[in-house]
Amino acid sequence: MTVHESTWTCPVPRVPDLIQMGHGGGGWLTHRLLERIFRPAFGNPLLDAQHDGAILERGSSRLAFTTDSFVVRPLFFPGGDIGTLAVNGTVNDLAMCGARPLCLSAAFILEEGLPLETLQRIAESMRRAAATAGVVIVTGDTKVVERGRGDGMYITTTGIGTIEHSRTIAPSSVRPGDVVLLSGDIGRHSMAILAVRGELSFETTLLSDCASVAEPALALLAAGIDVHCLRDPTRGGLATTLLEIAQTAGVHIHLDERSVPVDEEVRAACELLGLDPLYIANEGRFVCFVPEAQAERAVGILRAHAVSANACRIGEVRADASGALTATGILGTERVLDMLSGEQLPRIC
Amino acid sequence: MKFVDEYRESESVRRLARALARRTTRPWTLMEVCGGQTHAFLKFGLDALLPKEIELIHGPGCPVCVTPVEAIDRALDLAARADVIFCSFGDMLRVPGSERDLLAVKAAGGDVRMVYAPLDAVRLARDNLTKQVIFFAVGFETTTPATALAVLTAARQGIENFSLLTAHVLVPPALESLLASPNCRVQGFLAAGHVCAVVGYREYEPIARRNRVPIVVTGFEPLDLLQGVYRCVNQLEEGRFEVENSYGRVVLPDGNPSARAMVDEVFGAVPQRWRGMGEIPASGLALRPRYAAFDAARRFRATEPRTEPESPCIAGLILQGIEKPRDCPAFGRECTPEHPLGAPMVSSEGVCAAYYRYRRLERSGQGAKG
Repeated sequence: MTVHESTWTCPVPRVPDLIQMGHGGGGWLTHRLLERIFRPAFGNPLLDAQHDGAILERGSSRLAFTTDSFVVRPLFFPGGDIGTLAVNGTVNDLAMCGARPLCLSAAFILEEGLPLETLQRIAESMRRAAATAGVVIVTGDTKVVERGRGDGMYITTTGIGTIEHSRTIAPSSVRPGDVVLLSGDIGRHSMAILAVRGELSFETTLLSDCASVAEPALALLAAGIDVHCLRDPTRGGLATTLLEIAQTAGVHIHLDERSVPVDEEVRAACELLGLDPLYIANEGRFVCFVPEAQAERAVGILRAHAVSANACRIGEVRADASGALTATGILGTERVLDMLSGEQLPRIC
Repeated sequence: MKFVDEYRESESVRRLARALARRTTRPWTLMEVCGGQTHAFLKFGLDALLPKEIELIHGPGCPVCVTPVEAIDRALDLAARADVIFCSFGDMLRVPGSERDLLAVKAAGGDVRMVYAPLDAVRLARDNLTKQVIFFAVGFETTTPATALAVLTAARQGIENFSLLTAHVLVPPALESLLASPNCRVQGFLAAGHVCAVVGYREYEPIARRNRVPIVVTGFEPLDLLQGVYRCVNQLEEGRFEVENSYGRVVLPDGNPSARAMVDEVFGAVPQRWRGMGEIPASGLALRPRYAAFDAARRFRATEPRTEPESPCIAGLILQGIEKPRDCPAFGRECTPEHPLGAPMVSSEGVCAAYYRYRRLERSGQGAKG
């Protein structure tokens, strides 16, 4: 019995020329779409800053401007619904620019046959989320598509916020020696959604972490913390977010995996499904880069707010310009963390 | 997390690593058979804790990586049919056939569903009687009982629109094939614990004896893996070549008899082509004649196999442990997880993907251990 060396080849797949689900996953495929299609088409200095939103300067005043679409299935999930996501997602993007969220637009694409009662419930939860975040929904639009052409409802929200300080909060401000803070435990949103989708039968009492993080983010700025960068680790998760910042800033970010809080139930579900909590979505968390000397005070400020009561230090920025993300694991040894290619796929066995 | 955390406890792992260093007097080359073990070694950075005398060769135990390209092409053809709901484990979706992958078929309009269990596909068949539901049955002995159960359930419930595209593979014939290769450097095996949980380890005893290699049934947590290495090295240092069970909390000598009986009822062993390794006798499974009605290959007319294009990929040598991913000229250059030239770069268990994810920086000299 021998092996046949003549068969040792592997084929080269053609690069697919159609949009795949992974293009919306926030990982490498999404990036390639930006690089190959959107940036060549739209390219300008504001877009090229690659931040969660654009910073518009008019005279001495600065505005943050951002938009986001929401296509979650199911529409209602433990801890929130598509409405709370649509409000908090855009509010958080503004807050991550260091802006005070002011007002939102909301555009609805509704599927024929959607019960009005569903729309009413979602509008009501948007009202509540907006009130909590201190924003008003000032304009909007509604379109209807035929039955079968949409998952009940898609929402796009666009937001404007005011920047009331002179700092540049962006990956480009990240400096070697900065400390990385995380506002709370990770993975709750993804796991809460997966559990109710029904495709994977597992039961959990997990709630999505969906919430506005504007308050603690603005509190840091108000307290005079020299915040270098803020970012919410939504799709792609904490690892993708940090890697994007490392690459844009041209620094090396090192994470101590042991200090990243993950709820026991999230960890167990991830373990079972073969998913890595570092790569799954959050909707009410943010990371924050601050100088070492202010790290402790910043953690104290974050912990004073309920939504970031478990804030902690998770890593640091190192001097080499590798654009890499590394992590010290539970055994004290180091590994490289890479960007997700396409969607995170559960493994076979 | 109970039953997990105690096997990841840093101090115990380091204590065992020190004991292993004391026990090792000479260079030894071991193969961890399962891709899950390869990933755990690299993910937890366990390889950095091994004494430098020990070299790990990464085995062919990644079901996605060894599924032959003609099986994937077959899957792509079936998945593209308008009358078919094609069900697959998630891992399999991005593996390139000779032209595209299942995700591309899905993007082009094919009804491709990711399932966790073959029984989910049977349920889909029952709920979609106007469609043909095909399950892409891949994997080692770990996944075969679930596939067998799906066939038995479909047979019992008279669900006729369900069928299997089978590419299951068996571990022991592959080990024998590796050992028979003149290039084989493996001196001891860490056998895949979850495979043994199903089939036990009796079948390994003659292989260990005949080839004078210790085979240690090993789990997947850091402490399990180090203990597997320790027991393997201990045998080699003592000149013993036995099968040892180092995963006793999961594995019994005869495995799971009811699961084995179910597999045996539904499947019989046949020669099977492995991607990168060629045809290995009795290393695959085919439906027995009384379940042949569930064979998608019979139900749907076969298409012409395509020829594989030229590629710099050395997946075959890597899957046999003759070369390491870093030895491949394409690794990290033309071949990345986003643009894989070979299956080992695609799968979450693939060795190239493991090196790319966890050890890529070492190419530029930034790592601890080469």
